[in-house]
Amino acid sequence: MEFYNTHILTVVLFTPLVGSLVLLFVPRDSVTVHRVIGNLFGFLGLIVSLPLIWRFSLDPAAPRYQFPETYDWIPSIGAHYSLGIDGISLLLVMLTTLLGAISILSSWSAIKMRTKEYYILFLLLQVGMLGVFMALDFFLFYMFWEVMLVPMYFLIGVWGSDRRLYAAIKFFLYTLVGSVIMLLGILALYFKAGGGTFDMPTLLASAAQFDTRTQVLLFWAFFFAFAIKVPMFPFHTWLPDAHTEAPTAGSVILAGVLLKMGTYGFIRFSLPLLPQDAAARHKIVTIMLVVSIIGIIYGALVCMMQKDMKKLIAYSSVSHLAFCTLGIFALTPNGLSGSVIQQINHGLSTGALFLIVGVLYERRHTRLISEYGGLSTPMPAFAAIYMIATLSSLGLPLLNGFIGEFVILRGTYEVSIKYAAWAVIGIILGAAYLLWLYQRVMFGSVTNPANEHLPDLNAREYATLVPLIILCFWIGIYPKPLFRVLERPVQQIVEQVNPGYYGAERAAAPAATPALAPAEAGGGAVGMPGMNMPSSTEATPAPESEKK
Amino acid sequence: MLKAFQTFMQQDGGGLLLPEMMLVLFAMGILLTDYLLEARDKYFNALMAMLGVIFSGICLWQLRLVADRGAVGFSNSLLVDPFFLFFGFIFLIATALVIILSVRYLQIEDENHGEYYALMLFATVGMMFMASGYDLVVEFVGLETMAISFYVLAGFLRRDKRSNEGAVKYLLLGAFSSAILAYGFSILYGIGAMANLSSIGQSLPPRTNLDVIAVAVEARGHTDLFVLLALATVAAGLFFKVAAVPFHQWAPDVYEGAPTPITAYISVASKTASFALLLRLLLTVFWPVRVDWEMLIAGVAIASLTVGNLAAITQTNVKRMLAYSSISHVGYVLLGIVAAASSPLGFLAGMKGVAFYLFVYAFMTIGAFAVLIVLQRQGIIGDELDDLNGLYRRSPLSALMLLIFMLSLAGIPPLAGFLGKYFILQSLIDTGHVRLALFGALYIVPALYYYFRIVAHAYLYEPGNAPLPIVSIGQRIAFAVMCFVTVAAGVYPEPFVRLATYSLFFPSGFSGH
Repeated sequence: MEFYNTHILTVVLFTPLVGSLVLLFVPRDSVTVHRVIGNLFGFLGLIVSLPLIWRFSLDPAAPRYQFPETYDWIPSIGAHYSLGIDGISLLLVMLTTLLGAISILSSWSAIKMRTKEYYILFLLLQVGMLGVFMALDFFLFYMFWEVMLVPMYFLIGVWGSDRRLYAAIKFFLYTLVGSVIMLLGILALYFKAGGGTFDMPTLLASAAQFDTRTQVLLFWAFFFAFAIKVPMFPFHTWLPDAHTEAPTAGSVILAGVLLKMGTYGFIRFSLPLLPQDAAARHKIVTIMLVVSIIGIIYGALVCMMQKDMKKLIAYSSVSHLAFCTLGIFALTPNGLSGSVIQQINHGLSTGALFLIVGVLYERRHTRLISEYGGLSTPMPAFAAIYMIATLSSLGLPLLNGFIGEFVILRGTYEVSIKYAAWAVIGIILGAAYLLWLYQRVMFGSVTNPANEHLPDLNAREYATLVPLIILCFWIGIYPKPLFRVLERPVQQIVEQVNPGYYGAERAAAPAATPALAPAEAGGGAVGMPGMNMPSSTEATPAPESEKK
Repeated sequence: MLKAFQTFMQQDGGGLLLPEMMLVLFAMGILLTDYLLEARDKYFNALMAMLGVIFSGICLWQLRLVADRGAVGFSNSLLVDPFFLFFGFIFLIATALVIILSVRYLQIEDENHGEYYALMLFATVGMMFMASGYDLVVEFVGLETMAISFYVLAGFLRRDKRSNEGAVKYLLLGAFSSAILAYGFSILYGIGAMANLSSIGQSLPPRTNLDVIAVAVEARGHTDLFVLLALATVAAGLFFKVAAVPFHQWAPDVYEGAPTPITAYISVASKTASFALLLRLLLTVFWPVRVDWEMLIAGVAIASLTVGNLAAITQTNVKRMLAYSSISHVGYVLLGIVAAASSPLGFLAGMKGVAFYLFVYAFMTIGAFAVLIVLQRQGIIGDELDDLNGLYRRSPLSALMLLIFMLSLAGIPPLAGFLGKYFILQSLIDTGHVRLALFGALYIVPALYYYFRIVAHAYLYEPGNAPLPIVSIGQRIAFAVMCFVTVAAGVYPEPFVRLATYSLFFPSGFSGH
């Protein structure tokens, strides 16, 4: 217990690893034992992570990265085993442990062959993802970032559907391209900062002193890894294949957590690496915003054309994640906190949607929309839960999606009304394709005789879906705790990347002023990087008060 | 007689030769006792060879006491320094692993002759002289001892067409390249002989000594025609031995034809030894003219990366695929040398990377071939991609090993191969070779593709009715060693980095450490 109190992050990180080591010694034929141990450790991973919620301090005097642990690892290059989380990573860690436990549970009957390897790999995948969100050392971060690709490759390649080989290697290669360029970026950052340490806060702070050209190059070096992972518009082509071919649990984790690694990278690394020079930054930010808008609309339009349910939801991720990047690069507190909230929302609601497709797939072994129709008659409870997940995904008020989208839109509006207007089109299209999908699958009369006697949800399926639905309502009705957790990290990031913002806020400048104009006015801060501007907490707008 | 021997050992530097002497002794022993052995006792040869390697290793370990300051012997023609020790141990470990892996292979192929092990030990002796030689003649003789042993070993499967074809190709092209190398050495000798050697000191060392030639080369400058000619010919000869593009054409055929343990041996030991020799020459005689070879090596490195990686993609024979992949690994090592040439800081980072890379390369490459050796059975080499189908079910242990070695070769953390690439890329970034670093990093992607074709066959294809391979005790031990190093050097690389730093060999006049 003492060890747990002082090394809570290590325990959370390596609990799944213990599970896979235990599984190594279980004979290959004991399928039930694999399932029990896999679920046990999946659930245990969630349990040990729960204390993070109430032990996480919101006190402004608390260190920025909490639960820190630092040990020497490779002294000759200055790499440390260094963990710590702030509010943003806290939410993502919790999302990971929750979705991990749920997806492992959802695989109970779906995975029938090679169960031992399945659970081993799934637990390893958990370790990789948690490590990415916890690492405070670039070297460690890169290790986890790459390690996670291998189990995902196998999850898609072994337990996927027909085109799994193609989808698996495509996923691996695409993400690897981004990763190796990021590796060079990390090395360049390390070298430029004088070498000797891979400590993230130190390196990112020193990045502010580089000349503009270096900063721009560094930004782009990191950009590809995250843009491919998110995925941002022209780099998204791996996603429909991987999501569609992966087994249900794999899709849930892919959409729910893996994509968030990209947005997390944008927030954690790309934003601090934005050039200090206002003109160069403006250029990059504009590109990002425009690409995000394209992603929102393109993703939504492509969704309209899909015949395969899973592919449709996969493309909807492109659109939803583009919302998140839009919020991030608005560089306003609202945009940023809305973006993180929307990442959590997307994990919950898209996770639920993939589980729902999995429920149907387990019963009918097809994902074609045309095969279904009128399912609300044989499966009423399923219909209700599916409806809630759909509404949550399309952003109905009182459900979580609305909060995220609304706050992002408000943050974007502060930059320019044009971006916000385009993004709204995406929301409308989103409602269209999701409702149309629901209509085609659930409403009407049962036309396909195979669907007449489909059993409704069983207890295990309730157990996977209901927690997600409850969280959707909770975030939709009372999101304040989330905003409070995010308040401080968001404020710190915005102060760093958009130094003019709080100044303008204090000067009571109207919100309609494009946020980038004050950024230029704040150009005087260029010479004083890594600035800790005196900040007033009151200046942070409290978004939740907007709606009340 | 005894007194003469004592004098030889103590004063003439004979003690420096003990590791090599042990190997020769045991190799002779094998040749003498082989014909006494019944067919079923042939494993005794492997035991003898193993003992020879162990004794040689002990002697090498003892030499570390004198090596720190660099001990010279035989009129400055031998140099026992950490560099030699480091490479000597790589050779011995590789030899030991290949011996263990060969026992069952030779039994199945029914070619269980003592000469096989004797030749391996002779080859090791040659490699050791390549690493410790500080004189052109010694180095050339060492190289030829190694090469001739390999020509025979490559064709050891007398009844196999591909083995014979590979051996003849290897012999012809090898002889050709040795001739070019000898030509380069003769030019270097000429340069050394023509120079005014008064600057060296009172007692005149032989004119084939590397220091002497280095002084002469420096005096001539980096635009001198003879220096350039010597550089070009020596480089061509050694690029052939390490299988760098454009001197790589022999590699796929020889790799495919040779007995699989010998393929592993050629791709690891012979390559590492040739790199040791190349480094010795580049850091001594050619160090004054490094501006000339920096670009040359960079070009060859890029060509090797490109050809190796792209040609490997289409192969269906795993041995051929690994042959091309080994060409691409040569590219990475050469990139490290480029970084080492550019600045004192880069020298430390680059050479550390090169040493680390060569060290871990030995383990992961022999490991990859070991999986193929396990798959071999009567009449079937087991080196086609389809032979690997469903390995996860037929032999979970070999499949896991295969996965680890493939991931490491591809450069996925947290395995040794990633750290190797990491150090090389870091040294390139440190010295401002960003474009080379970009090349090196991006070629990880196609490499992963073909390594994962192998993994896919082992894990994602069903076995059909392929037989279950049996992993012998010796193979298990070899697997354990190679897997341990591959994982340990990736997860906790610190001791290995120290080892690599210890092995550094500094060019004369080098400042910055």
